[in-house]
Amino acid sequence: MDATDRAIINRLQLSFPICERPFRQVAAELGIEESDLIARLESMLARKQLSRFGPMYHAERLGGGLSLCAIRVPEADFERVNTVVNGFPEVAHNYARDHEFSMWFVLATETPDRVDEVLREIEQATGYQVYNMPKQREFFVGLRFDL
Amino acid sequence: MVLSDDDFRLIAEIQQGLPISSRPYAEVGERLGMSESEVISRIEALQNSGIIKRLGIVVRHHELGYTANAMVVWDVPDEQVDQVGERLGSQPCVTLCYQRPRRLPEWRYNLFCMIHGRERSKVLEHIDNIIVAHNLQHIPHKVLFSGTRYKQRGAKYQ
Repeated sequence: MDATDRAIINRLQLSFPICERPFRQVAAELGIEESDLIARLESMLARKQLSRFGPMYHAERLGGGLSLCAIRVPEADFERVNTVVNGFPEVAHNYARDHEFSMWFVLATETPDRVDEVLREIEQATGYQVYNMPKQREFFVGLRFDL
Repeated sequence: MVLSDDDFRLIAEIQQGLPISSRPYAEVGERLGMSESEVISRIEALQNSGIIKRLGIVVRHHELGYTANAMVVWDVPDEQVDQVGERLGSQPCVTLCYQRPRRLPEWRYNLFCMIHGRERSKVLEHIDNIIVAHNLQHIPHKVLFSGTRYKQRGAKYQ
């Protein structure tokens, strides 16, 4: 990854133009050729340095449900609970974290009501209380990764 | 904004990504039987209404060397949440900043932000700097580093 790749990442984390030739516009801003921008972007996606190029949707405004949930799982039981939780298709991300609240996952459901239902199903399947911590307010964040 | 069937078709068509070609919106339009200008105006409307939060890239922070991923949680007096949330959101490397409900008595924290860095020590240093710069010494916080990432996928829409 060179300086041009980093400039592309920094620029495209902010926005992407909605016009007929968006790559040409971004390339001009960065002082490179449109074809170079396209080739580099494809290559970074192929190398899995980028996970996506496209729209980030606001799940709730699309009618879906979204929430961050946590479980206090003892270390000895972590693997079993992890397998159960990841088996739910509504679980979008799941991270282990170094705290008594050791398992943190995001539920993304087709309707808001499904969050509570899935949460109950996870409680029944795992035997642990699931703490539901839906977003109440989102604060603006600027540049995500300044490379 | 009231979404039409065509909006939903468009949302589903591009959810996995936009084409990487010189006229991406024309290409999407061809697949859907819409003109390029129609795709452009629909996407503009979706973005203006906040249904599309943004267009662009999502980096795989892990693969870019940002392997230290901290969820920093703060117990902020309710009347200060807005002020502190806005300050935290303005910091580089803070990728998300949300207010969430407390779950007392087990969980007292109501403001969550994600901070990424190349090493844990640097992330901790960064957090210390943020605390000093914004006078947050009086606000209890905890740093929860992530261990293994077990699952990462985008949400899917029909």
